[in-house]
Amino acid sequence: MSRPASAALALAWRPCARMLHAAPLRSALQTLLAGLLVALCALLATARPAHAEDFDYRLQARALAPGAWVIVGLKEDFSFANGGNIVNTGFIVGSEGVIVIDTGSSKRYGEQMLAAIRRVTPLPIVLTVNTHHHPDHFLGNQAFPRASLAALPETIAAIRSEGEGFNANMYRLNGNWMRDTEVVVPERALAAGRQRIGGRDVELRALGGHTVADLVVIDHDSGTVYAADLLFNGRTPTTPHADLARWLAALDTLEGLPARRWVPGHGEPATDLAALRQTRDYLGWLAQAIRAGAESGQDMTELFHTPIPQRFAGLALVNEEFRRSVVHLFPAAEQSVLEAARTKASR
Amino acid sequence: MTPLPLARPALAWIAAALTVLAAPAAAFAAPALATPPARAGQADPLDSPRWDDMRKAFFEGATVVFDERIKVSGPAVAEDSLNVPVTVDASAVPGVEELIVFADFNPIIKALRFEPGAAQARLGFRIKLQQSSPIRAAARTADGVWRVGGAWITATGGGCTLPSVGSGSPEWQERLNEVNGKLWPRLGGGERLRMRIIHPMDTGLAAGIPAFHIEDIVISDAEGRTLSRIQPLEPVSENPSFTLDLYATAPNARLHVTGRDNNGNRIDAWVSR
Repeated sequence: MSRPASAALALAWRPCARMLHAAPLRSALQTLLAGLLVALCALLATARPAHAEDFDYRLQARALAPGAWVIVGLKEDFSFANGGNIVNTGFIVGSEGVIVIDTGSSKRYGEQMLAAIRRVTPLPIVLTVNTHHHPDHFLGNQAFPRASLAALPETIAAIRSEGEGFNANMYRLNGNWMRDTEVVVPERALAAGRQRIGGRDVELRALGGHTVADLVVIDHDSGTVYAADLLFNGRTPTTPHADLARWLAALDTLEGLPARRWVPGHGEPATDLAALRQTRDYLGWLAQAIRAGAESGQDMTELFHTPIPQRFAGLALVNEEFRRSVVHLFPAAEQSVLEAARTKASR
Repeated sequence: MTPLPLARPALAWIAAALTVLAAPAAAFAAPALATPPARAGQADPLDSPRWDDMRKAFFEGATVVFDERIKVSGPAVAEDSLNVPVTVDASAVPGVEELIVFADFNPIIKALRFEPGAAQARLGFRIKLQQSSPIRAAARTADGVWRVGGAWITATGGGCTLPSVGSGSPEWQERLNEVNGKLWPRLGGGERLRMRIIHPMDTGLAAGIPAFHIEDIVISDAEGRTLSRIQPLEPVSENPSFTLDLYATAPNARLHVTGRDNNGNRIDAWVSR
């Protein structure tokens, strides 16, 4: 299967637009540059870490408890170097089957995740959930049995409407790691509730706030909560589709769960509430900073320079993610302040 | 064709070739190569192959100089190509009469004209970006000299050829040209004005949707004296939001905002603290 045309376009379009201006000069330079290019590629190829050439994510499944597994990703943003291996995925092995929690960022990731599962168990995949509609959580769907794919209804709708756009963007961000990756929309809609799945006592919780719908999977047999991207650990939370008030309420719900261990969507698994409190602390500060900026009449470009408290200095990518969050969240805060002022003025 | 704009196209060609090869090495090669080489004199500090065209389009026959006091601030990478926050600031240059903002690689290059008048020569707003581009501000003083500054902003694109959100919904029609604004007294005197005007700001580049944008905004005091004027064009974001700082405190802490769009629909609202 070939890469979707839109993705190819996204890759080629920007440099080509500028290339047009170079046309009169190109023929004179082409031979020289081609030679340089070959040399450059050879040089870079030798400098690359080994796994980049074979597109092997080196996924290692780690047992947190009997039957409760996690594959921990890097605390980075998407890149050609990491190929999108920046997400935690998980699986729960019951007596009769396997529950897969998120499928990673690409077809290759999904295939290699399935291989990692097969190194642990030969049992069939009975359920594959996408916890939410962000691309690092569902673009590995191709590797798993189609009938096993399932998600909350809002997640299914969001993958359907935004999935292709995400996929094109992921080709741009992760390059050839994405080869042949296509969007597979889960067809099975999940409902919250506790049931036996694959011979395991599993509960699904339908929460939200990181996105329109965030599915939490609780493995009661081991006390493991797969909290997806409602929980970050040592990595700054991302907010492109966030509703912070709802997210903070979801964290309160999570804190009340009888959990022995937590699997965040990004960052190390935890056995205590430190990650949950860190996520809540940061999101609470973020909400306050955005609101205060809007109320004091700051422009978005001024808010970019808000000092970030020292206690968040250890969160990976905090400067970058804070600025992204300003872009995501400030317009609504600004609108609310300015509309309130208008209502006051017209009274 | 001068020899100078060669650097970036040549580099872009390498980047394009690397992309076509889809070697993972491109991730390392492209950013390193994209750094423009240092230049002397009045060569474009942003090293854009479009600069000569820009100079001809906007400053033909006039004196134009690059000036580090003209600042354009925004994110290095646009998170949302439809709403890239930008502040243009020429306030370090005394006597700026007119400021224009343009993006070399946007399909509609010029974004906005600003006559600061009784305001500081600094304006915050959001722009649509079709692709990575220099965003430039050019400030004209009474002597006719244009002083230019700018910054590259990386964007994934599509900002100008997408339909507005408003064009897909009937609600904007009821609120068209509604001004939501507020004044904040500045420490040391003067007022900050922030306002958001409901308007789709359609570029005309999305199929079947004609250009439809606010083209004139005048800020006056209660006595009707014009204080400042903003003339946006299509690349300014949907429901545009503006930030500007007036030198003097507004009498009765009120300002009058008037104007029109390119279909003649009027803007008329009062803004207070």
